[in-house]
Amino acid sequence: MMNKLMLIFELQKTQKKTKALLSFVPFLCLLWFSSFLIGCGGNTSSAKVETLDNVETLETTKTSLPTIPIYESFDEMAHIFQYQNDTTYIINFWATWCKPCVEELPYFEDIHKKYANQPVKVILVSLDFKTHIETKLLPFIKENKLESEVISLVDSDANSWIDKVDTNWDGAIPITIVYNKNKRKYIGEQFANHDELESILKTFL
Amino acid sequence: MKNLLFALTCIVFFAACKDNATNATAEKSADKPKAELVSNKSTDGLNVGDKAPDFNLKNHDGTMISLSDYAGKKGTIVTFTCNHCPYAVMYEDRLNDLHSKYASMGYPILAINPNDPEVKPADSFEKMGERAKEKGFEFAYLFDDGQKVYPQYGATKTPHIFLLDNEHTVRYIGAIDDNPQDASGVKKKFLEDAIAALEAGTDPDPNYTKAIGCSIKTK
Repeated sequence: MMNKLMLIFELQKTQKKTKALLSFVPFLCLLWFSSFLIGCGGNTSSAKVETLDNVETLETTKTSLPTIPIYESFDEMAHIFQYQNDTTYIINFWATWCKPCVEELPYFEDIHKKYANQPVKVILVSLDFKTHIETKLLPFIKENKLESEVISLVDSDANSWIDKVDTNWDGAIPITIVYNKNKRKYIGEQFANHDELESILKTFL
Repeated sequence: MKNLLFALTCIVFFAACKDNATNATAEKSADKPKAELVSNKSTDGLNVGDKAPDFNLKNHDGTMISLSDYAGKKGTIVTFTCNHCPYAVMYEDRLNDLHSKYASMGYPILAINPNDPEVKPADSFEKMGERAKEKGFEFAYLFDDGQKVYPQYGATKTPHIFLLDNEHTVRYIGAIDDNPQDASGVKKKFLEDAIAALEAGTDPDPNYTKAIGCSIKTK
């Protein structure tokens, strides 16, 4: 029951960050509640899971998943590209299903740690599908112990926002934007190694 | 406060129910290979208004097919797609629907897999045949052997659409619609609107859209 309670609080925290969603809670709840009554008790797949030996481990993993902001609309997060302060921002678009994205994540993590005492901020914008946030993205963040800030963008109408990130971007990932109040750089491909990313960052510092 | 309590109670049920389902999905996905992307390519290639170059490529069933075989059609929906990309997979059923709706109107789909199978084995010629059978593709699904065609078109990702008119002039480039993840949530049917414009004798608007996708795999 404690586990369940913790999950509730986590869910609530997540929901706070998506104000729009919150307003639908009572309505959604009715739906969830009714589906519980109809389907949950006799759910065969859940019965199968409970017979697994490692069900405890899975349970623990689930209840301690990290929480991240989830943006339903790009405009709600557009401000992260517009800061006018002394910090240099490294913003990377990625997804857990994108192999080259995953390959280059350690470079961003290295920078995040190495420049922890300097005005450098790494933001990893996940484009994982809405339905995969709990099942793939959050477990991935936990398993790989990502320390950089991760945010989730689930605005499916990419044609409406890709150009707002950069007009050079056609939609394939990974891409990275490095900017501060003085300049801005678009990197439309995977970094070959850590040094490539750091040498670009150094031109901003 | 009453509302909050109600919400809280409901979430308990939600949590109780969701827990096991989530675990099962997480387990299942663990042994699934992750999709691969390589680097982005420049957007050199065809623009709207350009004449699309002919090609001759092997269809998944082993026959050879050229774009010129589609002369006489009112248009051709050249679709760069593949087996493995999650975005391409999400559009498979929609491609089937589009082909069955528009082929008879004179606008067949002509799909091309542009990926190098040495980089992404799931996109091999053999796997294309398997996938075409599984999904019952009625349209041609060609293998860009040697990756010579996609650079001429300027395809950068899968899926990537090039709508050609009866003279094989490019009239629309970009996405199929505005919601890859949920066909029922589509608000803007870019490709269908573009075909409607050609049917009406006008220019598609927009004639160019962007979408998230998997970059084309090259060595």
